[in-house]
Amino acid sequence: MLRKPEFRTFLLVVAVFVIATLRAHRMIEPTAINSLLLWIPLLVVMSVGQMFVIATRGIDVSVGSAVGFAAMCTGLLIKSHPGINLWIATATAVCIGTGIGVINGSLVAALKIPPIIVTLGAMSIFRGLSFVVGGSTQITSNDLPSSIVRVAQEGPIHFGDVTVSWLLTLSMLIALVAFLLSKYTVWGRNVFAIGSNPEGAHLRGVPVVQTVFGVYVLCGMCAGISAMMYINRYGFVNPASAGQGMELTVIAAAVIGGTDVRGGRGSVLGVLLGAVLLGVLNVALSVLGIDADWQLLVYGAVIIGSLVLNRSERK
Amino acid sequence: MRKILARPEAIPIFLFIATFVLAAAKNRYFLDFGYLLETTSLFAEGALLVIAMSFIIVAGQIDLSVGAMMALVACAFGKLLQLGLPMPLAILAALGLGAVLGSINGALVAYLKLPSFLVTLGTMALFRGAAQAMLASQSVALPPNFVGIDRQVLAFIHLPIPLFIVLIFALLGGLALHFTHFGKRLFAIGTNEAAARYAGIRVARAKVGIFVISGVLAAVAGMMIDSRLAVARYDHGKGLELEVITATVLGGVSIAGGKGSLGGALIAYALIAVVRTALGLANANAEIQLTVLGTLLILAVGVNRVLESRTGARRITA
Amino acid sequence: MHSGTGVEARGIVMSFGGAPVLKGVDLDLRRGEIHAITGENGAGKSTLAKIIAGVYVAREGNVSLDGHAVNFRNPREALQHGIALVHQEPLSFPDLTIMESMFVGHLPRGTGGTVDWPAISIRSKAVMDRVGLKQLPTAPTSSLSVADQQLVELAAALLHEASVIILDETTASLTPSETANLFSVVRRLRDEGCAIAFVSHKLDEVFSLCDRITILRDGAKVGEVRTVESSPSAVVRMMVGRDIDLTRTQPRSTLGEIRLSVRMQWQRTGASELALDVRGGEIVVIAGLVGSGRTELIEWIAGIGGRATGQIHIDGNSFRRDPHEALRAGIALVPEDRRKHGMLLPWSIQDNGVLPILGRLTKVWKATRKAQALMVGWISQLRIVSTGPNQSVEQLSGGNQQKVVIAKALLAQPKVLLVDEPTRGVDVGAKAEIHGLLREFATNGMAILAVSSDLSEVLTIADRVVVMRDWAIAGELAAKDLTEEAIMRLATGQVTHAA
Repeated sequence: MLRKPEFRTFLLVVAVFVIATLRAHRMIEPTAINSLLLWIPLLVVMSVGQMFVIATRGIDVSVGSAVGFAAMCTGLLIKSHPGINLWIATATAVCIGTGIGVINGSLVAALKIPPIIVTLGAMSIFRGLSFVVGGSTQITSNDLPSSIVRVAQEGPIHFGDVTVSWLLTLSMLIALVAFLLSKYTVWGRNVFAIGSNPEGAHLRGVPVVQTVFGVYVLCGMCAGISAMMYINRYGFVNPASAGQGMELTVIAAAVIGGTDVRGGRGSVLGVLLGAVLLGVLNVALSVLGIDADWQLLVYGAVIIGSLVLNRSERK
Repeated sequence: MRKILARPEAIPIFLFIATFVLAAAKNRYFLDFGYLLETTSLFAEGALLVIAMSFIIVAGQIDLSVGAMMALVACAFGKLLQLGLPMPLAILAALGLGAVLGSINGALVAYLKLPSFLVTLGTMALFRGAAQAMLASQSVALPPNFVGIDRQVLAFIHLPIPLFIVLIFALLGGLALHFTHFGKRLFAIGTNEAAARYAGIRVARAKVGIFVISGVLAAVAGMMIDSRLAVARYDHGKGLELEVITATVLGGVSIAGGKGSLGGALIAYALIAVVRTALGLANANAEIQLTVLGTLLILAVGVNRVLESRTGARRITA
Repeated sequence: MHSGTGVEARGIVMSFGGAPVLKGVDLDLRRGEIHAITGENGAGKSTLAKIIAGVYVAREGNVSLDGHAVNFRNPREALQHGIALVHQEPLSFPDLTIMESMFVGHLPRGTGGTVDWPAISIRSKAVMDRVGLKQLPTAPTSSLSVADQQLVELAAALLHEASVIILDETTASLTPSETANLFSVVRRLRDEGCAIAFVSHKLDEVFSLCDRITILRDGAKVGEVRTVESSPSAVVRMMVGRDIDLTRTQPRSTLGEIRLSVRMQWQRTGASELALDVRGGEIVVIAGLVGSGRTELIEWIAGIGGRATGQIHIDGNSFRRDPHEALRAGIALVPEDRRKHGMLLPWSIQDNGVLPILGRLTKVWKATRKAQALMVGWISQLRIVSTGPNQSVEQLSGGNQQKVVIAKALLAQPKVLLVDEPTRGVDVGAKAEIHGLLREFATNGMAILAVSSDLSEVLTIADRVVVMRDWAIAGELAAKDLTEEAIMRLATGQVTHAA
């Protein structure tokens, strides 16, 4: 049991939650729980996409900028067409994210450029392009129809003052789809075969180039969905800060959830728990009155810690 | 002639001249030698990191944490001086801290056998996070006698001190990488790590070595940026790793390891300095520069990859 | 029942890094026939097999299947046409279960791209029975032995419903009963109308299994015979191009002191202590099947990898086990895989040669001239055919590359020379030369410990043979008791060795 990374992550979640609650009772008050439940959805969707990338021994550090760029473009679209159908706005965000994924995927899979280089480049390019399209404008809740923000505030299920928002529901649905994708589709299994033995998978006739390409497209698509969720949740898009640094949180969630950075292993459940753990940590830090200035240090420690603890002995 | 063109520095030099001519045609500031010399101070810290990055990438590794190490050392150094530590001791402590940070990266990569891009991605967050936790969003002012390295020039030849420091380290780095056994072994590790190990090369030790070099050079850069900006802040050198890595690969250091030259990397960094200065003079904001750099990075590696696969094919058929 | 004429390959030309490997070879694989592709190490057998299976793309020549030109660009295309290759070193997917490993590249699809897991568990059970795998289909692949991984490979080919199956040295790591089991499966496939290629240099197996034999020598086809119309000795003559003249090298009459002494124990369950001594002037060869722990043993002695504990003494002195320390203590290794571990391919002969001893040439600074002088000497002493010390090793033939790797080991002036497969991928002429060189070094007092899969080589160079089986020493044979049968008996465990 303890050898299962999912179970270890689960224990950590419980431990952090209990310790934080003992130190500050505000941890179990509805405000804190609601803020936790709002914090999780974006991270879950992005981390699930990242998991597939890491399972093929790759990495995508451009997701934060992809969210920023897609959110900026979509925000501008909504601002200029106030009556726009929400689904069209969502489709725009998803298409932009997917497009970024297509670019990353082509460079990694077809040109065989190392993923860290490709996505580091893409990270700066799309951060810069957010400014190019946005200029000095930023999108505020005044520019957005109230229906957009409601998605994050209302939801199908309530426990007293705690709301399970539409956003959270959607993210869980996406996680479920990703779970099915990883376990029950040929494409998903091919991802893990490639991560386990890239050369062997090629010799067995697995379409390695196409599959690796697809992994980055999927990751970009998840970033696109997250961009719309970002607008829903914050009701605010700034070209500099939207999605800024999020890649670190996402990678932290993926690796702490037991995704093997040497490829071949990873589970949606683990990543989900990883995202919850980071969410709990984040809320706990603020409830305990620890400065936001400590956040980056915590993420860094989480990434390094899980790299060290989860490294497999066999490769 | 053919031999000269085959040198790894050839393409960066050509690109540098082309960029420079283009920039000079647009803006006559580029013809002002004094202005150019002054400008070098802005890029001195980056140049030191390029030297370190060349060692790292030649050995087939990458260090994304250089900017963060620089910031953490810069903050710690400012803090130590603020606490009243004498200057020489503070400088030693800063260099020591750089070495420690580098050896953390090195140990994780060499002994735990984790991929360097992930380790240094993590420590990038860890180190900058530590800097932020230490200073929060305040800035620590440096004592006046330490401020203004960029305005000092060397007597007689009027060389700005930062440029002088870079030249010294470039000379040392160039000698170490291209004229010693240590350098040769790094090229061997970058070419084929397993074969290097079978040949009795202490691969782990060499890897720790290059990450320590990276940490120490980042420490020097951290103190230089403190002096130049007169304050220590946690966001010093944020995103600097991007232009440093871009310069190194644009300078012909193969991202796969085992190929390249320090001279090429530094010339490519001069090229980037010209581009950034020109963009700055044209009032392009920092974010546009980011886009340009990102594109340059992908292009540099992409073009290199395409060229490599073509010459590779030719070699086999010949 | 499959129909059609099978595979026809015409004028296949292939080269690696300028060294020609195949020089215009024809091959016909007919349906309902098992066709041996045989030849010495380095003759090009495996390369030919891999071209037909799409792993390599030939420089020139054509492959057609049932009369249609096919020329595959990758293994996927070959598999889609029903051509499967069972690899010499089985592919392993350590993260997957056995059943999923077998289906990689060919997962049965349910509706809309989903994996049909029920079909997988049913079909994997059936195919595992068919090839004789007894594990649970859901066990992790990482738990399988090399032989069982090979069977997983064959099972994968069967699952692909391949009608052309190429077995590339598949029996190298199998015991006789596993081999017999494999052969019965292969014969059944032939009777069902498959075209089978059996790549091997083990002539007894070739003659017991195959209907037709193609013989390659130095990248050219030197003959095609029907098994019933030929004999092993005739085939051997074609393989080597002359009657065998690999004469035993003359051992030194008196042996020196013990130079290498090894006492070690693997960190695996039930492992007993392993003891091995080699004297100065002696050539000891470790024989055994692939996967018996031979390579791991000599790499462990050289300080590389392997989970084991123990002591190594060189002339009575011990050292910390690490490649660098081993080299300093006087151990040099010529590794099994010279392209991966023995050389830096793009580097010159000289740079490769002096890499392990840089620190002995000068303390800090590079010493190009000194290195060159040293290397020129070795090039002439080992008769390395090259344009000079600055030629890239990539451009050399296999035999000359091997000599560079040997030169590199000797430059370190070792007391003990470890050689893993001294002549793999080396042509006949160079082979005899390398054997002569090894004897010369031994005569000068060096202790030599070699690993070889080539029984004729073992018989030629060994003063003493240590046979390994299942990571332990199964027995020792002195020069006078050496026969191929004696070695194989120990290697396969048919008879336990009486002490």
